Amino acid sequence: MIAVNSLFGRKTKDRLMTALMAAATALVLLPLGMIFFHIVRMGIGSINLDFFIHIPQPTGEAGGGIANGMVGSFLLIVIASLIGLPIGILGAIYLADYGGGPTSTVIRFSADVLAGIPSIITGMVVYALLVVPLHGFSALAGAVALALIMIPIVLRTTEEQLKMVPITLREASLALGVPLWRTSLKVTLRSAMTGVMTGILLAIARIAGETAPLLFTALGNQFWSRKLTQPIAALPLQIFSFAIAPYEDWHRLAWGGALLLVVVMFGLSLAARYFGRIKH
Amino acid sequence: MNNKVTVENLNVHFGATHAVRDVSIDIPANSVTAIIGPSGCGKSTMLRAINRMHDLVPQARVAGKILLDGDDIYAKGTDPVAIRRRVGMVFQKPNPFPAMSIYDNVIAGYKLNGRLNKDEADELVESSLRRVALWDEVQDRLKRSAMELSGGQQQRLCIARTIAVKPEVILMDEPASALDPLSTLKIEELIEELKERYTIIIVTHNMQQAARVSDYTAFFYLGELIEWGGTKRIFTTPDKKQTEDYITGRFG
Ligand SMILES: Nc1ncnc2c1ncn2[C@@H]1O[C@H](COP(=O)(O)OP(=O)(O)OP(=O)(O)O)[C@@H](O)[C@H]1O
Ligand SMILES: [Mg+2]
Repeated sequence: MIAVNSLFGRKTKDRLMTALMAAATALVLLPLGMIFFHIVRMGIGSINLDFFIHIPQPTGEAGGGIANGMVGSFLLIVIASLIGLPIGILGAIYLADYGGGPTSTVIRFSADVLAGIPSIITGMVVYALLVVPLHGFSALAGAVALALIMIPIVLRTTEEQLKMVPITLREASLALGVPLWRTSLKVTLRSAMTGVMTGILLAIARIAGETAPLLFTALGNQFWSRKLTQPIAALPLQIFSFAIAPYEDWHRLAWGGALLLVVVMFGLSLAARYFGRIKH
Repeated sequence: MNNKVTVENLNVHFGATHAVRDVSIDIPANSVTAIIGPSGCGKSTMLRAINRMHDLVPQARVAGKILLDGDDIYAKGTDPVAIRRRVGMVFQKPNPFPAMSIYDNVIAGYKLNGRLNKDEADELVESSLRRVALWDEVQDRLKRSAMELSGGQQQRLCIARTIAVKPEVILMDEPASALDPLSTLKIEELIEELKERYTIIIVTHNMQQAARVSDYTAFFYLGELIEWGGTKRIFTTPDKKQTEDYITGRFG
């Protein structure tokens, strides 16, 4: 009867493990579901046309929207990407195709350190290096802070993707008399493009929600900003300042902003997954 | 004799590995030279030295001379990219560019380097594909992905891509070893035709293939060039015992 016994034991163990794993999965999904549900419940009421096309009303007055924060965040992300993506991608190409020496070790180490720095410190550094010398908070300083957060993410994910491109493909191009830099851009990077896009989108999703590095740099703005050298509004900053203000109407806007941000992040993650899946 | 490539005292090291040892050999123009020898004896290393492919391997060290039409390709100031335009290469595993169509693969050497006008491109694609006897098989699906082709077709496409940039020398590293017998036969026939215009150096593990396609044969063993000469002589009356043993299958 030993055989039967152990068989029974194995089945029971199997069931037990399955149940445990199901429970663990539920524990992971539950907070996510709760956060999402709560934000939708609190925020959905604020979402209307005004919310998207108006700027916040003066203190205490009802109505208004977060149009300046949306546009501000968009501009910050675009400028941060213009700075961060070329640096991150070119750095990754260097590491994947030109590296090998001590320079590569230095770049990799710097990127890892940069990735590990708390984002509030990145904000403080940019404050000291840009805001103080230029005598003012600005959209540009905010974008630089966000770019600094973006660079290590893009660099490392792109490097991983480039390294997965078979060496034979590079050699095929080189053997046709194509210079290495063209090969890197047109063969290696192109072949890795879907994976690289995934990394870019995840980096954008990451900086879209960053608040701390903007506190000392972009600062925030209750109104529209006319120049990139002026403080600029950003969605996460608005959520923060509205949430800590003692006005019911601003709390409402904060929830609406939170909902918008979560939806955008969700969209970016979905897009990243989509790019991660397609193969040519 | 008119030598297209002359190798003088070539040594290649990978770190502590001495992969090619003091090799000197002449490669006559418009001929097929086969490089044979057991696995790991430095055949690929020798071949890749001829289009400066080792430049990209940080631990590789190349010493000696390789003359292409009399000029040392390793001389200071020589652009490896210019050398690779004159010395093309076909690899063991067919490696078409997966993101490109059949059409674009043929003209990849131009596309990757800049632009090519449409008429010139059309003409080049057709003539190159005809030369490798692939035109009839693919002419109605030129815009489809190159990955849809069979292995043998892909390899002929890679040869078409190589000859499209009009090289003078074509290096082939076991170009048929991943292919079925029929595709292999097609590649061999192709090599026979190509030597009218190009100088071909081919690495092969297949003795019959070396005997069939080559005019000259070089036998490598442990990084050294043991002997070389006319294929017929190497296969019938080799000077060295090692060569005879290898060719008759007694080792390797
Ligand atoms: N990139 C490299 N780095 C380090 N060692 C290498 C490298 N390429 C080749 N070698 C070494 O050089 C020697 C010769 O290798 P090579 O590839 O030329 O042999 P081969 O004759 O082509 O063998 P096969 O018939 O198996 O293809 C081997 O000892 C190999 O391990
Ligand atoms: Mg080899």
